[in-house]
Amino acid sequence: MSKKLVEFRNVSFRYDEDGPWVLKNCSFEIYENEWVAIIGHNGSGKSTIAKLLNGLLFPQEGEIVIGGQQVNEESIWSIRKEVGMVFQNPDNQFVGATVQDDVAFGMENRGVQRDEMQKRITETLSAVRMQDYRLTEPHRLSGGQKQRVAIASVLAISPKVLILDEATAMLDPSGRKEIMDTVGEIQESSGLSLITITHDLQEVVQADRVIVMNNGNKWREASPREIFLEKDALRTIGLDVPFVAILAEELKHAGVSLKSTPLNQEELLEDLWILHSRT
Amino acid sequence: MNNSLIIGQYVPGNSLVHRLDPRTKITIIFFFVFIVFFANNIASYSLLTVFALTCMFTSKVPIRFIIKGLTPVWFLIIFTFILHLFVTREGTVILEFWIFEFYSGGLIQGIAIALRFFLLILVTSLLTLTTTPIEITDAIEDMLHPLKRFKFPVHELALMMSISLRFIPTLMQETDKISRAQASRGVDFKTGPIKERIKAVVPLLVPLFVSAFKRAEELAMAMEARGYQGGEGRSKLRELKIEKRDIFIFILFAIVVAALLLIRSYS
Repeated sequence: MSKKLVEFRNVSFRYDEDGPWVLKNCSFEIYENEWVAIIGHNGSGKSTIAKLLNGLLFPQEGEIVIGGQQVNEESIWSIRKEVGMVFQNPDNQFVGATVQDDVAFGMENRGVQRDEMQKRITETLSAVRMQDYRLTEPHRLSGGQKQRVAIASVLAISPKVLILDEATAMLDPSGRKEIMDTVGEIQESSGLSLITITHDLQEVVQADRVIVMNNGNKWREASPREIFLEKDALRTIGLDVPFVAILAEELKHAGVSLKSTPLNQEELLEDLWILHSRT
Repeated sequence: MNNSLIIGQYVPGNSLVHRLDPRTKITIIFFFVFIVFFANNIASYSLLTVFALTCMFTSKVPIRFIIKGLTPVWFLIIFTFILHLFVTREGTVILEFWIFEFYSGGLIQGIAIALRFFLLILVTSLLTLTTTPIEITDAIEDMLHPLKRFKFPVHELALMMSISLRFIPTLMQETDKISRAQASRGVDFKTGPIKERIKAVVPLLVPLFVSAFKRAEELAMAMEARGYQGGEGRSKLRELKIEKRDIFIFILFAIVVAALLLIRSYS
């Protein structure tokens, strides 16, 4: 078993003294080099988790431990070095005047030397396949490209955890695929832990583990395949079940005996072929 | 349309003027503005004109961009020329017309003042034509650095400038989008009495402000998440460096100034 990197211990959080709890007694762990998807409908507390992880918010009860350090006012600057975050809006997180300035921003904040910065910029931009856009201004980039730059700027400070907080929500389907492929590659090659926060079940298929949030509670924690089996329950908490899963379900109702729960089109196709060759 | 958008007037290039350190350019222009007022005879004016034109030609900026930069001030240049022509009553009468008398002194004075204006505008617009806004920001931050001792927020000011420059195109795209959205709902920006048109701007400005505030909030959070904690202990990616060419230009400029002081007449 690999090492525990992030730990939530009975964490509760609310924005106001007498407001409702956004997160109620929530506990989970995330291990090194693991891809965890946190999913839930709006207001389920999933984005609050992201902000708690980065020390942008602090819990009222319980504690959060990242890489052995407890998240509090004193530790936030070293925590923020370990935890990189990509937000939803591609425009509102682009600080620099050009791509390379934006990637440098996080390193400048930490006083990294210029030669080292140049080197890291080249490396991280190639990792997200944006090396040809080094001097481009943000308004000449597409949403997907801007998000890739945002990922590069987070990678530049070599964090241990990368959080994507609905980073694909404002992109078109091709931009979305671009980002998911990029982070998949990076996670595999660099060995960092990846936390993707989303409301789209489609995006959890690549993850190792899924945490489903509902009304500030952890509702389920399981592999994507297991989660997909509970279609009706997912619907009751307001999540859209992907088309492939619905189709598979309908096929089963119609008497087509598929052998597994397909997660995507290729798997469904595979199952259908196997079925076809057997009959 | 948005792809052709250029902030400021910067014309990309790789000439000597482009490659000069922005601080060199700002310093020289600052002093040039002073010494233009020292010129007082044909020789000194020609010297400055030759200097300005040389700068212009070395920059390789197409003339049409320079003319475009001068457009708003043509009127001023011509107006001062005519004013001097009518008002100054020195020298000999060179032309009499109806109730007006034109003096030679007026003509010379008019040309001199117009030329002064022209040189000032030419040289300052060369700065913005050959320097990117971000370079100018860097130069300003660096040159204001000594003020830090008096608690002047130099780094914050420069960051504010660079963020606003970065958001100009974004907000322009957004304005465009909102105005289309409002036009599709029947808001008329282009016709009608002026009062109505001013009123029509309100549904444009309100959403723009709301979104600007939202952007500011999100950007602040993103900056914090990326470890921004003010100017202390920060390193910089972009570096300003005084090269040999900058020293060369400084010496050249010093010679021009010295020559100017020599040949100007002390009458």
